[in-house]
Amino acid sequence: MKLPHIIGLIIIAVAIGVLISTAGNASEYVTFKDAWELAEDGSSSKVHVVGKLKKDANGGIKGMFYNPAMDPNYFVFTMIDNNSEEREVIYYQPKPQDLDKTEQVVVIGKFRGKDFVADQILLKCPSKYQETEVKQK
Amino acid sequence: MTHLAIGNWGHLFVIIAFFSALAAGVAYTWVTWSEKEGLDHNNSESWKRFSRLLFVIHGVAVFGIITCLYTIISNHYYEYHYAWSHSSNDLPWYYMISSFWEGQEGSFLLWIFWHVLFGFILIKVNKTWEAPVLAVFCMVQAFLLSMIIGVEIPGLDWRLGSSPFILLKDFMGDIPVYKSNPDFIPEDGTGLNLLLQNYWMVIHPPTLFLGFAATLVPFAYCIAGLATKKYKEWVRPALPWALFGIMILGTGILMGGYWAYETLNFGGYWNWDPVENAVYVPWLILVGAVHTMISYKNSNTALRASVILVITAFLLILYSTYLTRSGVLGNASVHSFTDLGLNNQLFIYLAAFALLSLVLVIIRWKHIPSNAKETSTYSREFWIFLGVTFLCLAAFQVIIPTSIPVFNAIIKEFGIDSNIAPPTDPVIFYSRWQIWFAMIIAILSGIGQYFWWKKGENGSVFKALKIPIMFSLLISALVILLTDLAEFDKEIVKDSDFAYKKISYILLWTAATFSVTANASIFIKLVRSNLALSGGAIAHMGIALMLIGIVFSSGYSSVMSRNISGMVLVRDAGEEFNRDNLLLWLNEPMALADYQVTYRGVKYEADGFPGYIDIYNVLHTDDPLKFISRKDIFHDGKKYFSEGDTLKIQPNNLYYEIEYKEADGSAFTLYPRVQANEAMEGKVASPDIKRFPGADLYTHISFVLDEEQKEWSEPKGIQAKTGDTLFLGDHVAIFRKITTPKGLPGVNVNVRDIFVRAEVEVLDKEKNHMLRPSLLIPMDGGEPAFLDDFSPDLGLNLALMNIDPNTGMFTFAERTTQKDFVILKAVQKPLINVLWIGTFVLVIGMVIAIIRRYKEFRKMRDKGVE
Repeated sequence: MKLPHIIGLIIIAVAIGVLISTAGNASEYVTFKDAWELAEDGSSSKVHVVGKLKKDANGGIKGMFYNPAMDPNYFVFTMIDNNSEEREVIYYQPKPQDLDKTEQVVVIGKFRGKDFVADQILLKCPSKYQETEVKQK
Repeated sequence: MTHLAIGNWGHLFVIIAFFSALAAGVAYTWVTWSEKEGLDHNNSESWKRFSRLLFVIHGVAVFGIITCLYTIISNHYYEYHYAWSHSSNDLPWYYMISSFWEGQEGSFLLWIFWHVLFGFILIKVNKTWEAPVLAVFCMVQAFLLSMIIGVEIPGLDWRLGSSPFILLKDFMGDIPVYKSNPDFIPEDGTGLNLLLQNYWMVIHPPTLFLGFAATLVPFAYCIAGLATKKYKEWVRPALPWALFGIMILGTGILMGGYWAYETLNFGGYWNWDPVENAVYVPWLILVGAVHTMISYKNSNTALRASVILVITAFLLILYSTYLTRSGVLGNASVHSFTDLGLNNQLFIYLAAFALLSLVLVIIRWKHIPSNAKETSTYSREFWIFLGVTFLCLAAFQVIIPTSIPVFNAIIKEFGIDSNIAPPTDPVIFYSRWQIWFAMIIAILSGIGQYFWWKKGENGSVFKALKIPIMFSLLISALVILLTDLAEFDKEIVKDSDFAYKKISYILLWTAATFSVTANASIFIKLVRSNLALSGGAIAHMGIALMLIGIVFSSGYSSVMSRNISGMVLVRDAGEEFNRDNLLLWLNEPMALADYQVTYRGVKYEADGFPGYIDIYNVLHTDDPLKFISRKDIFHDGKKYFSEGDTLKIQPNNLYYEIEYKEADGSAFTLYPRVQANEAMEGKVASPDIKRFPGADLYTHISFVLDEEQKEWSEPKGIQAKTGDTLFLGDHVAIFRKITTPKGLPGVNVNVRDIFVRAEVEVLDKEKNHMLRPSLLIPMDGGEPAFLDDFSPDLGLNLALMNIDPNTGMFTFAERTTQKDFVILKAVQKPLINVLWIGTFVLVIGMVIAIIRRYKEFRKMRDKGVE
């Protein structure tokens, strides 16, 4: 085999490796139910779950626990996914400062036991770009 | 008064610029064609002058647009949407510049502006290339201007572009204000995003767009070369521009990283965010292109590869523009431009140039000379080609996962809902690949340089390489043995195998050391003969130093705020989750690594004051930016403000004073910031960094108690006479005395008003605290005014409510709240300075290389060859 052929083969091999690793590492947007089933099947991959916070009639948040004086790195909240399934989500970090204002939450993580353990919480806050009001004085 | 004229002028300039770009493009194409066909020389010369005139008109119009838009912003013409949504009254002039390009339209203008400037330079320096190169330029300019032209296409329900000169009234549509008052103009704008109010954000976007613009020049030369059948000649004039592009684009990317490091709180300079990736990839490809171009110039190999890489680099810039501005990334990125509905237009822009280049390359492919000679392992071209191959593979590895949202969008067009998400942990995912590519490229850059300068055709080069190899192995082995390179912070091995990481970091360190040594030895040899040739060696050294900085600052960063003493609520969390955040009570020292840290309270920054002011030492006024001092304010013994002075403060910025004490008694203070960002309706934490020569100590706040979230006890009434002992909360206090100050900061006191201040001393463990609530009873029978006093240390608020003149009995109201605290994360980042030093070295090397290559071009041009 000539040298260019060997290099060509290496390139192809690496490129295929890249595609396989992208496919293998790509996450999925799923519901709690799917995430639960994945964990039951022994899958260790992390998933994205989209949902909302559980709120009472007045817009107050329900089912949230954060006591920094006891443990600043432990935060639990209740999330309702797009299938209206309710689950507790554990986050071993301080509570995200803007969580109360958020409209939509995306949690990235997986089930451990009966609770969903999140590595990351992405918040979708009402952004500046949807400004429709002009302040008047 | 609505300033309609300036906007109309602006819009007119946009239209002139658009059509003059089209016209100049057509005219230059005609000149190109007539020159190529060898038509009447005088005729084509006069056409060329005409095209040039059109391009100058285009340039002047572009300056006109910029002047109009900047005038609108800097004069606060809030009747215009752009000024209203991107600036505000209190913005200093240098941030007005940032306002200019905060919006999509302004950043397009910036890009257009650099193209005009480059166009002028190219007209000036070229003899034979002007017409075809400028023809490509004009095409690009027409596409870019169409993005900001903002014209409704009659008959089609479609708007071409988004104008920066749109009035707020037209943008907002039918909101009630305009019904009652059609001439309504807001008094203030909504301001510039606070995160962007940073000096790096003033220069980062212009630098990045300068780099974007620089990729157009080699592309234009290449297309011009293919079109006019000058297959080889385009390389020489394009080379200095390609080098310039690498330097500027690279600097721009790093400035962005540096801004992120200083301002955002993810704890680093690079997050493998889609937008970062989208510029990193074209940069890699452009670096590859420069290498194949140099290889072609010296030995006539790799011309076809150069054509492909130069074109790809430019198309990838367009692709990154599409990714960031079309809204396709959605929430996947921290950089989010407003979605202006330019999706289709951006796609057409990308597709048009992709198609044009593809067709041209296919038609001309068999005419592009290629060197079929078998490359020998001992030829320098072989090593360069190998390096370029790995650069391309590295780029490929990044662009594929980054494009996942695009794949989703494409599949959706076919009616399939895809639920693929990007990798959950991009830093781990990308690093795992890129670290090996970086290692191979570092080694190849060392070997390649040796082959390049030795001109070796046999084993002698490898013999010469023995010395740098042995030397670098020795150094890296010593460092590995003598330091704790083999010991790792647990964070980075959280969900990966320990040994794998350990080996890959150690190998990259060794490879980078080899690259530095090999390139340094080449550099030393070159300095003796000709410094002008040393650009490559210096630039490669810079890259290798950057890699060393990256290995240490990222691979060996360690969390110092690990929570070891705090109570752990759940024991079954396991080792996998680190408890990286530490809670600090106000004024209570805590151990953090080798330091003793203390949270000293919340502060403001005030104009004209070098330090920070406790927020409880100033009073609000009706003007949100004006405050009144409650006491004399000193810094380093010098008095800056007296009681009652007015201070200018940006109250959205809160600084949390964190005192670090070392075991030897030396101390320093950090002020990590939390911004109440109205625009984002949230809080944004920015770190503060203590820079030591060997490492940065990076501290950011991860949680604070909101003023509104604080829970207060019900007010409790207390009656006392002067000299009495009281119980306030859990503390014993003494009502010392009553004073009658002449005035009260922020309140107009009439001579006949009753105005008293109580002084209550609260006894505490370390020191006693004096609370001074005041009461003002106006003689005219108006409402009494209370000025209560709060001690953050005690979490105690005291108000003076009433005085009974008959009994001498004073009534106080006491309220308590929880004691203040912050939660912070502190990280140590070793050798991060090597990364910044490496960047400077890289830039120096690039400058030397650009000068050399430009001189080569000028020499050949003056000979009449080009």
